[in-house]
Amino acid sequence: MTEHDHEHDHPHTPIADDEQPAAARARVLEEVLVEKGAIRRADTRQEIDWLVSRSPADGARLVARAWVDPQFKERLLSDAREAALELGLDPGPSPVVVAVENTPPVHHMVVCTLCSCYPRALLGPPPHWYKSLPYRSRAVSDPRGVLAEFGVGLEDDVELRVLDSTANIRYLVIPRRPSGTEGLGENELAALVTRDSMIGVAQPSAPGEPPRQS
Amino acid sequence: MTFQAGQRVRVAARAHEGHHRTPAYVKGKSGRVERIHGAFTNPETRAYGGDGLPEQRLYLVGFDPSDLWPGSGGQTRDRVQVDIYEHWLEDAG
Repeated sequence: MTEHDHEHDHPHTPIADDEQPAAARARVLEEVLVEKGAIRRADTRQEIDWLVSRSPADGARLVARAWVDPQFKERLLSDAREAALELGLDPGPSPVVVAVENTPPVHHMVVCTLCSCYPRALLGPPPHWYKSLPYRSRAVSDPRGVLAEFGVGLEDDVELRVLDSTANIRYLVIPRRPSGTEGLGENELAALVTRDSMIGVAQPSAPGEPPRQS
Repeated sequence: MTFQAGQRVRVAARAHEGHHRTPAYVKGKSGRVERIHGAFTNPETRAYGGDGLPEQRLYLVGFDPSDLWPGSGGQTRDRVQVDIYEHWLEDAG
C-alpha cells in the first residue's frame, strides 16, 4: 500500500520540474545535518562560495601555458595538481585531476555516467547538459553522434576515447591548439579555450571568432 | 589480485546492493588496463560512514565499443575508458 491509497477527491499537480523537489530535499537534509551537529551552516556556505568562485578561466590558463611551453605540458600530463599549483591555481581538495591531450590522431571527451563528476576546482560548476541523462547515456553509447550535435565532426581514422569518470579521477582535456595562433600570447590563447573544449565536446575558438558556449 | 597495464581484464557481473561506482553497462564485459591510478578508499563502505579501508587500486580500463554495444560495429579504434576499482576486476587472459 502506498500513501496514494486514498479517495481521489483532490486535484494532483503534475510535477513539471524536478529541480524543486531536489532543492527541497537538499534543504531538509541540510537542516537535519545542522541540527545533529554533523555540519555547520557556515561550512556549507563556504563550500558553495568556493565552488562558484571557480571558473573555466583557470583551466584555460593551464591549457594556454601547455600550448606555449612543451615542458609545462609534460608536467601537466604527468601531474595536473602540481602544474596547477605552479600557475598559482587552487587544484581543490582530494579528487585527483588527470589531464589528457587531444592530438590529430586521438580525441578525448569526458562524461560521468553515474552522476556529474567534473574537475570543478579548475572548471567551475559543470554545465546543465553535462548532468543530463541524455548526455550521460549517449556519450558512451553514441559518442560520435553526440560530438556531431556539438558541431565536432571527427574523421573515421581519428581514435575517439570517451572517459567515464566513475571514481576518484577528474579528467581535463587539453584541446588542440587552433591553427593561425602562432603569433598569439598566452593570455590571447587562453581566451580561445572554451569550457566545452576542455570537456572534449568542442574545439577551441578560432582566433577572431567569438567564443562558442553551449 | 594486481593487474598490469595492457592486461586483459573482465568486470565482475555481480549485483551489488547499495552504493557502488561500477556502471552496469560494463559489468561482465572485458577490456584492457590502460592506466593505473593508485589506491583509494572504497566508496562502497565510505558511503555508509565507514573508513573505506582497505584501499582499492583504481584502474582505467578501455573497452571496445562493439563489446559494450553489440551491433554497433564501425569505428574499430574508438574506446570507452572507465575507472574501475580492483575488487571488481578479474583476469581475462
